[in-house]
Amino acid sequence: MSTEFDRKSHNTLVDANLQLAIYTATARLKEKRIEVVSSEALPDYQELRTQANAIKKHTIDNLDHYLEEFERNVAAHGGKVVYCKDGTEVSDFVLQLAKERAAHLIVKSKSMTTEEVDLNERLAHHGLESVETDLGEYILQLANERPYHIVAPALHMTRYQVADIFERCLNVPRETVIEKQTALARSVLREKFLAADIGISGANFLVADSGAVVIIENEGNARLTTTAPKIHIAVAGIEKVIPRAQDLATFLKLLARSATGQLLSVYTSFLSGPRRASEIDGPDEFYVVLLDNGRTRLLPDKAKRQSLYCIRCGACLNTCPVYRKIGGHSFPWVYSGPIGAILTPQFMGLQHEPSLPFASSLCGACGEVCPVKIDIPRILLELRSDTRKADARENRNRLEKLAFRAFAWLMTHPRLFEMAGRIGRSLGWPAGTKGPLGAWLSERDLPPLPAHSFREMWRRR
Amino acid sequence: MGRRVSLFVTCMVDQLFPQVGMAMADVLERVGCQVDFPENQTCCGQPAFNSGYRAEARTVARHFLDTFETSESIVVPSGSCTAMITHHFAEMFHKEPETLARIHALEKRVWEFSTFLTQVAGVEDVGARFDRVVTYHDGCHGLRELGIKDAPRRLLAHVRGLELREMLPAEECCGFGGTFAVKFAELSGAMARTKIEAIQRTGAATVVSADPSCLMQIQGALSRAGSTIGTLHLAEVLASR
Amino acid sequence: MSRDYILHRIRTALGRGAGQPVADPPPARIRVPQVSMEARVASMVERVRALAAEAVESDDPRGFVASAIAGKTAVASNAPFLAECGIAGLPGVRTGITDREELRELCATADVGITSADYALADTGTLVMLASPREARLISLLPPAHIAVVPRERILTGLDELFSLLPNPAELTSSMVLITGPSRTADIEQILVRGVHGPGILSVVVV
Repeated sequence: MSTEFDRKSHNTLVDANLQLAIYTATARLKEKRIEVVSSEALPDYQELRTQANAIKKHTIDNLDHYLEEFERNVAAHGGKVVYCKDGTEVSDFVLQLAKERAAHLIVKSKSMTTEEVDLNERLAHHGLESVETDLGEYILQLANERPYHIVAPALHMTRYQVADIFERCLNVPRETVIEKQTALARSVLREKFLAADIGISGANFLVADSGAVVIIENEGNARLTTTAPKIHIAVAGIEKVIPRAQDLATFLKLLARSATGQLLSVYTSFLSGPRRASEIDGPDEFYVVLLDNGRTRLLPDKAKRQSLYCIRCGACLNTCPVYRKIGGHSFPWVYSGPIGAILTPQFMGLQHEPSLPFASSLCGACGEVCPVKIDIPRILLELRSDTRKADARENRNRLEKLAFRAFAWLMTHPRLFEMAGRIGRSLGWPAGTKGPLGAWLSERDLPPLPAHSFREMWRRR
Repeated sequence: MGRRVSLFVTCMVDQLFPQVGMAMADVLERVGCQVDFPENQTCCGQPAFNSGYRAEARTVARHFLDTFETSESIVVPSGSCTAMITHHFAEMFHKEPETLARIHALEKRVWEFSTFLTQVAGVEDVGARFDRVVTYHDGCHGLRELGIKDAPRRLLAHVRGLELREMLPAEECCGFGGTFAVKFAELSGAMARTKIEAIQRTGAATVVSADPSCLMQIQGALSRAGSTIGTLHLAEVLASR
Repeated sequence: MSRDYILHRIRTALGRGAGQPVADPPPARIRVPQVSMEARVASMVERVRALAAEAVESDDPRGFVASAIAGKTAVASNAPFLAECGIAGLPGVRTGITDREELRELCATADVGITSADYALADTGTLVMLASPREARLISLLPPAHIAVVPRERILTGLDELFSLLPNPAELTSSMVLITGPSRTADIEQILVRGVHGPGILSVVVV
């Protein structure tokens, strides 16, 4: 059963350069996180996780209430909330607004939600220039690639690849010094910021009691995106809402520490509405696009609903031994790593990439580091069970089902189990490279078969 | 003491690593337990559960219940099998309240081996001797579902002649993961190689773990890499004199 | 209408009716420690320095800023504290601007932006800036260097104290920004570079 996932992960596994890049980048982020959530650095860490989980649970369990409260407060501060079912509605809204305001140039700060719906592609299709301003995302946009990691999008690229991309796309002399590459991007993008008609951002949190969006970043591009142009549109999934500004005292302590090992990201912006009458600068118009795009499909299942608690820190990616080998591009959707493995089947259907729930050793490291305590391993197991139930309904994978039926039968007939073992031991490991034994042998040796089983030895004791 | 203990050796130990079961029985007797082996035992059902076949896993779980319900204490030489019983059996039977009640009653009496020794028998020194430099691999289910980290180390600390060196990075998965090891063989193999590199860096002659499935994966990878480093179950080390 | 459609889907999934009241959320977790002023100042200075930014305690902020901006162009916010310190009147400093376009022009070409701060957070070395007629957003953002002059009384212990004092920042401003160190990225080969879009040089003067 070779799927796209198998193919892509194989290609990553055999690429020594990629292996090194992924492993060292995630190692750094993993180690830094451990330092800043240690009991010396953050004695309250476990309590904060429990609190964050409780707040998210309460909010998601009452999501309609908090979205309406958020909407009222956005309006109260002079902004407007726009609900969108999917990417088409998001781009329709932006295009309509751009037309009404004669806008041509858009600057964008990092938003996984807009990547979900390919917003840039849709806008470009209609002749709007939409420029990514986060350095990693900018490079990817020029290279026409997808992000490799939630927090470190260009993790897989070397400075030489960046040099190639800049040389080709910006028509500049080749530059391989990273500081100079950054300075080049800074100057190119600065012009865009100052000329842009619309700034589109994501939002890490939507604060219901304030009608505010919270945007967390290190570069300053989100601040510029949301300050320089006259129009600010924040695009966020409906699950991003939290009840109170005061809850940020919990979430902000967890997010940056979990993501990059910083105590706080360089810039945390708390934005509500367009600039007030007496303020000197800031946008004149403020919109928040609340996107469903399948999130409501995750709500009915109480066990799996917690998938929506995610605050997109990326800690699960950095700690996952599977992600650290196969990287972000092995995953079929914008979300990769453990969170991607549980979101993708729920958003796109189990058959979109059937391998995903199974491509895990269930080591549990992800659940251990998740700041909002999503029980990712449990959801993976539920998705596996869901997959088998669907297989049974669709008459797929019958051989394996049969094999496990036989397994269950054998395991409820101890004498036959014992006899099967005895026969197996006398025959020895079968030769050949097919099936599970062949798969095992492709990577490691088999243990020698013992002369007797434990129960035989026990009887002779 | 005379505490009565039933062995659940696990299907893997029964068929592939019987010496682990024998060693565990030896150690338990040495610390004063009266050990029995319910003959009807087979498996905890984890392979079926992890592969998504819950109905089949329930069948095996019911058999486990029937086999062990009358045992006072059940000791298991595997963190993952113990966690299956104590953490996942209940998940499978939320629609069967009677069976669920039986499971909840049984859960409390099922112990992973190192936890049983330190917490139930209250013993850390089992009188063992093992003159070797070893490193210890934490099986993920035992570590994260059962909180097993200190117990094996405290037991090893009392083994005469043994030097324990921790591997770095620590607490990383060996890549076994049940059927994952064969369904995603290349990936599993890559994870195993990262694990054995960490092991080799310690300079230890032996890897010790409380999970036979991890040991099978690690030993298989070491052997394929031509290494002379050996693997032993914690029980085997503790049984050594 | 997508709004009704989405809200309806949510309610159906959650088994809730329109306008159905909700139980109280878990109480917000706000723990404000008791920390002396000296300790707060010391922590602020230490944390800012750990972020590769400059931090000084000074009773002559005017003197510090004067030498910092010597030979450079600077834009200062309209914070009364800057005027009190005599910074607004320094040669080379443009201040008192209230026009958005004029401010943007200046900030885009100035070498240094000078602001005060509404609060600071001692445990993380953070500046808290609320947009107002006294503090424009772009001054701490466009110029490649940012100097913040902060009276010590405004240094709070941390986020908990901030949100305890300001449970609803949206009532006061359209923009509250927490600034923790100079702008940075590690997007290329995980190599740290400062001053990507925001200022790469940050100095905090505690008065």
